[in-house]
Amino acid sequence: MSETIDLAHAPGPRKLQIWRGDLTSGELVEYELETEPGMVVLDAVLEIQRSQAPDLAVRWNCKAAKCGSCSAEVNGRPRLMCKTRLDHLPADQPITVEPMRAFPLIRDLVTDVSWNYRVNKQITPFTPRENLKPGVEVNAKGEFLIDQTDTDRMSEFRKCIECFMCQDVCHVLRDHRLHDRYYGPRFMMRMASLDMHPLDGVDRLDQIADEGGIGLCNITKCCTEVCPEGIHITDNAIIPMKERVVDQRHDPVLKLLHRTPNKGRIKPPPRSETPRL
Amino acid sequence: MSDGGIEHHDYDVLVLGSGGSGLRAAIAAAEAGARTGLVCKSLLGKAHTVMAEGGLAASLGNVAPEDNWATHFQDTMFGGKYLNNWRMAELHAKEAPDRARELEHWGAVFDRTPQRTMSQRAFGGHTYKRLVHIGDRTGLEMIRTLHDKTVHSDVEVFMETTITRLIKDGERVVGCFGYRRQTGELIAFAAKALVLATGGSGRIYKITSNSQDCTGDGYALAFEAGAQLVDMEFVQFHPTGMVYPPGVAGLLVTEAVRGEGGILRNKDGERFMERYDPKRMELSTRDVVARSIYTEVKEGRGTPHGGAYLDVSHLDPDYVKRKLPSMYDQFLELAGVDITKEPMQVGPTCHYFMGGVKVDPDTGATRVPGLFATGEASGGMNGANRLGGNSLGDILVFGRRAGEGAAATANASGAVSLPAEAVADARAEIEGFLHGSGTENPFHMHRELQKIMGDGVGIFRDEEGLTEAIGKLEELDARVANLRAPSDRLDYNPGLQLCREVRNMLTVSHMIARAALLREESRGAHSRLDHTGYSDYWGEHNIIVEGTGAHDMSLTPTPVVKRDELEELVEARKEAEKAS
Ligand SMILES: Cc1cc2nc3c(=O)[nH]c(=O)nc-3n(C[C@H](O)[C@H](O)[C@H](O)COP(=O)(O)OP(=O)(O)OC[C@H]3O[C@@H](n4cnc5c(N)ncnc54)[C@H](O)[C@@H]3O)c2cc1C
Ligand code: SF4
Ligand code: SF4
Ligand code: FES
Repeated sequence: MSETIDLAHAPGPRKLQIWRGDLTSGELVEYELETEPGMVVLDAVLEIQRSQAPDLAVRWNCKAAKCGSCSAEVNGRPRLMCKTRLDHLPADQPITVEPMRAFPLIRDLVTDVSWNYRVNKQITPFTPRENLKPGVEVNAKGEFLIDQTDTDRMSEFRKCIECFMCQDVCHVLRDHRLHDRYYGPRFMMRMASLDMHPLDGVDRLDQIADEGGIGLCNITKCCTEVCPEGIHITDNAIIPMKERVVDQRHDPVLKLLHRTPNKGRIKPPPRSETPRL
Repeated sequence: MSDGGIEHHDYDVLVLGSGGSGLRAAIAAAEAGARTGLVCKSLLGKAHTVMAEGGLAASLGNVAPEDNWATHFQDTMFGGKYLNNWRMAELHAKEAPDRARELEHWGAVFDRTPQRTMSQRAFGGHTYKRLVHIGDRTGLEMIRTLHDKTVHSDVEVFMETTITRLIKDGERVVGCFGYRRQTGELIAFAAKALVLATGGSGRIYKITSNSQDCTGDGYALAFEAGAQLVDMEFVQFHPTGMVYPPGVAGLLVTEAVRGEGGILRNKDGERFMERYDPKRMELSTRDVVARSIYTEVKEGRGTPHGGAYLDVSHLDPDYVKRKLPSMYDQFLELAGVDITKEPMQVGPTCHYFMGGVKVDPDTGATRVPGLFATGEASGGMNGANRLGGNSLGDILVFGRRAGEGAAATANASGAVSLPAEAVADARAEIEGFLHGSGTENPFHMHRELQKIMGDGVGIFRDEEGLTEAIGKLEELDARVANLRAPSDRLDYNPGLQLCREVRNMLTVSHMIARAALLREESRGAHSRLDHTGYSDYWGEHNIIVEGTGAHDMSLTPTPVVKRDELEELVEARKEAEKAS
């Protein structure tokens, strides 16, 4: 039976530089600790919290890469701390751990991600189409009839654990701070997954284009690169939606008809405003 | 903080917890017209439920048309070794299909059959393929669906808010008290009815699949408020947790791995379940599989890292990646094992609490007026051992019922207010943790507690070990009053958070250890090395825990709550088991 841990990366002492501070000031503080085989960054941070820095603020819950709480920038790249093994990071230099930058800091590694929740609340929830066809779309017991292929397509997007790391790296939010004009990749993809549901009865195109601000995405794919769930956010969600917006908004015939709602879907009233950070 | 104000809110129904049961309760309460608030320790969508993998048991009969509620009821009773509250097992079996369909109508997407209905997979102890699922991330799908439904249902949500006390006015619960984790600001809620949906307490063990939130707060808060708890000795050790590397020890390996055809072997390559349960093999009930693995390891047939091998490498790699994608990732990332090629190493991990607050099955009401409980925080539905998949059904069925029950109470009630003295008391506790004269470090005490529970109150128990554990817990009792957070800052202070949690976990540990000592038999998840067989007496009795405080905890055997009209089904199942 093969050993599960690469012995080239034997445990030993490691240095971590953790960002400590709040909105007013802060700095990287260096800690050293003994490591165990297979230790992840979150283990190290919690051990430092337990034994060296009891007021170190860090958000986590599942420690199983399933809840999306423990996002941080490790060696400058957004990662789930509970899914990042120390022995996969270069051994010859300290590991830096910093909070996400696209959101306001609370303290140390914890940021205020509430903006994302406000955006989510703006998105019209799944609403089944009226007059579902009996025997074709819904059975006698009221259960939906859906193809596995549709399920698989939606499933890619529904794997999202809301770690908000794609939001963190998207330059529209991170650098240009256009939080009040763009929902960000996570929520573009959320709308794509709702839109893809074969029985959804909402025409989401205007929200995607207007309040959602899909036009601001310029397809850099940074979001896709950091997604811990490996979701092809740009290729599979954003680009197809961009194309549809272009087709439907600029097609002269459709324009003339004042763009009929898609697939007999109902258009929701426009949203108040894109939430501010 | 001492001269700062206290933020105050007022609701008809307040739900504590944003797992599946809390969200479902809040939706139901809001639908019933109650002004509803929801409080949770973590962010919305991050609750423990999000981790659930395998599926939700509901006798839809989509894959096995013979399936029906009665068989699901019988399976649940058999799995629970007939200690379940019969009415709860009945309601669950009858209503789970409706709850599953309802989720679909709220936007959840599950795997399909060729007939395009919801697909169902096999799981231990279920006679038929019964678990509605999506890959191995069913909990995430449920949470995201309920989360969305909740935020569009007129429910006000307080995230990262920790409740440290329930507040009573006379005999009745009228609200609760706590603080906002991000700022340390104190917060008080008045509520005509309060629903505990606070989940389990896996963090009392070192090796656990449970998330950080699972510190038994609801059990302790309910106990302190005068509620009864039931079946606390029954702690489910899931047979398959990761055993290596150390940092991830305890992390769950879903039962779906076995449901999809995974095989257990010892270090000699022997398929050892043949010796323990030749009929059900890998899909025997969890208590049996966990004990079997434990025994193999103990008797020297364990793997290099002290577990058993669990193998899916004989299955088609693409199938494994499609049906068990997060297991594939988890092992590749964290252990460097490609499960399509190599076996996993697994061993038991603390997973689920069958016990909990004793409730009225139909409404979730506890015996304390104004207080309701649901989900893993409540007890009774699962008896001595829970079948996989029965929790996700349970939290929906009884979450809805508790939300409706609480709304009915609230709608019939006049305004309530929080007695100033009780609020001052609750505040003093928090200030004590921050600025008191105590010297006990909560991080250290938590470790000690985990060690006591792991050593003395684990998967196998005996009188000597339990008595010793109780003695040590009593020593902690004396020290727990001296807990103080190592830092007195208010914003996001992990030590402050842990102070009250350690207290709660200590109370829960007492309940478990004492009930385990009292039950002199082995049944379901409770295995006594000094009382290995079933006892007729204990087969008819649940243990009820109640008291007025940590130092005054009484345990009373109480006859199992049966129902005449279900007698025939239960007897038929017992006969069938005897025959085979
Ligand atoms: C890895 C894993 C896989 C599982 N797979 C399955 C499966 O396939 N099928 C199945 O049926 N079951 C499964 N289970 C079990 C199931 O997920 C849980 O039993 C169930 O989700 C519990 O839900 P709940 O709503 O009762 O509580 P939880 O989801 O635990 O939620 C508790 C909530 O209460 C809040 N809370 C706690 N204390 C306080 C406080 N003091 N103040 C404020 N808020 C508080 C928490 O923040 C949280 O929001 C699995 C469990 C795990 C760990
Ligand atoms: S592809 Fe679009 S959404 Fe993704 S990071 Fe780039 S600009 Fe942002
Ligand atoms: S899409 Fe990926 S990166 Fe973005 S929030 Fe979801 S899981 Fe995280
Ligand atoms: S703690 Fe849940 S994803 Fe890391």
